[in-house]
Amino acid sequence: MTPKAFALIDGNSFYCSCERVFDPGIAHRPVIVLSNNDGCAVARTSEAKALGIKMGDPYFKIRDLCRAGRVAVYSSNYTLYGDMSRRMNAVYDQFATDVEIYSIDESFLDLSGYAPADRRELAQDLRSTVRKWTGVPTCVGIGPTKTLAKVANAIAKKELDLAGVCDLSDPVERAIRLDRFPVEDVWGVGRASTAKLAALGVNTAGDLTRLDPKLARKPLTVVGERIIHELRGMACLDLEMVTPQRKGIAVTRSFGRPVTTLDALLEAVSAYAFRAGEKLRRHGLAASHLTVFAHSNLFNGDAPFSASMTEGMIEASSDSLVLIAAASRGAQRLWRPGAKLAKAGVILDDLVRAENVPAALIGGRDREKAARMMAAIDAVNAKHGRGSVTSAAVGIRKAWQTKFEMRSPRYTTRVDELPAARTG
Amino acid sequence: MIVRNPKGVVLGDELLVPMFAHAICAGFPSPADDFLEDAVDVARLLITNAPATFLWRVDGASMTGVGIFDRDILVVDRSLEPRDGDVVVAIVDGERSLKRLTLGARPNLAFANSRMPVYELPDLVDVEIWGVVTWNLHRLRAIRR
Repeated sequence: MTPKAFALIDGNSFYCSCERVFDPGIAHRPVIVLSNNDGCAVARTSEAKALGIKMGDPYFKIRDLCRAGRVAVYSSNYTLYGDMSRRMNAVYDQFATDVEIYSIDESFLDLSGYAPADRRELAQDLRSTVRKWTGVPTCVGIGPTKTLAKVANAIAKKELDLAGVCDLSDPVERAIRLDRFPVEDVWGVGRASTAKLAALGVNTAGDLTRLDPKLARKPLTVVGERIIHELRGMACLDLEMVTPQRKGIAVTRSFGRPVTTLDALLEAVSAYAFRAGEKLRRHGLAASHLTVFAHSNLFNGDAPFSASMTEGMIEASSDSLVLIAAASRGAQRLWRPGAKLAKAGVILDDLVRAENVPAALIGGRDREKAARMMAAIDAVNAKHGRGSVTSAAVGIRKAWQTKFEMRSPRYTTRVDELPAARTG
Repeated sequence: MIVRNPKGVVLGDELLVPMFAHAICAGFPSPADDFLEDAVDVARLLITNAPATFLWRVDGASMTGVGIFDRDILVVDRSLEPRDGDVVVAIVDGERSLKRLTLGARPNLAFANSRMPVYELPDLVDVEIWGVVTWNLHRLRAIRR
């Protein structure tokens, strides 16, 4: 058996880089992207990091710093980032037959079929193709296991003289680099286990490779042994080419401003239930019960309120109207007058494949008719944009809607939001 | 030279325009059946490398000389190497602009409108070619309001 070789490629400050592709005016300025509801910084360019902006910093705390440092600040534009991610993965498909999309900006490639001496050049070729075709800069880490590919990628990011590619295939070079790599940055090592590992004298990834795998169980639970084997170069994890069937679907949002009426809450959970139905149908799944939750802001001194209700349905369904009815029942049951809600959500678990749903004896619906209507709604929304057709329960004004005040245009997916080139 | 194993480029949603208006035929089979081909896919015609292709909107009337008008939609392919005479989306000092590229003694970017003065690229300007324009989508029928 030939030894395995994995590559991990990811976008540098991915969300910020997507913004820079279409807004070249910010090429040399610090850029940050905020989480949902403009809460906190979730992506930062190196210039923004140099200003002292940390991952997860709440925006209200760094607003003055951003202004003073001429930081370009964006609300998250997941439509754009998702489309750019899709394009990048289409490029990866040209370089490797087996690609695992690990997250929106990270993919594992199986490079086992390439000669070891060619891999570094291939990775450079991959980086420059992605850069040219999509505009997004990337880094590549290569190793005989996925865990080592992750380590290599982190090293490629930090050490600029590596020109964006780090290959840990060679055992001698690997040993040197692992001895300099902090153990808390290893994939799967949590912050809590770092202290326990330090007590065992384990401070670097190199130290961890020399630890008896059985001793690792205590600080690192059962995955500890696997991490050590992977760091030693024995592959325990293969590419996950097929997304496992989703066990649950959740649609949750923070409100743009506090929700203080039952009507507004009903509108919001109806919108979430409608969206959850779209997700179910896309995956060919159905849910037999639905949980609604809502809570107040737990940090600002508002009267604490937190509640959730689970509603069963007569038969498992992916019909948005059935889900809206269940979500509305749940919201009515959990509502307390006087509550100031900061966030609410709809959660579906215990999902089944839609074709395996047993029909109810009494009270079942005409499923074919409902399925045709949902398919028609999905088709219209696919063509004219999400939300073109929805249930009236969702409301029109949507005062509760999440804030995206500084979101850039959806350049690649909306004809009315295309980037403009001046001819003058 | 590294040999890659490409899977080919995947296009997005395909918009199919049938080449044959093939009516339902209850009696004899249509004599055209043997000549049926795949439908023409407009997206496939306009987009040869989907992951690298983006649509842009024209803003301004300085490129009418090459048939590009205000508000037209451009198909821009980032994967192409710019050639002499190409219309390109260029980033000039951080501004997104549409220009014609000339590769003479020194590369230059020009307008394509006879009434406009020839645009000479200043020496110390920061220029990046964002992508090469391959098609211009110009609507001829006015939209009734």
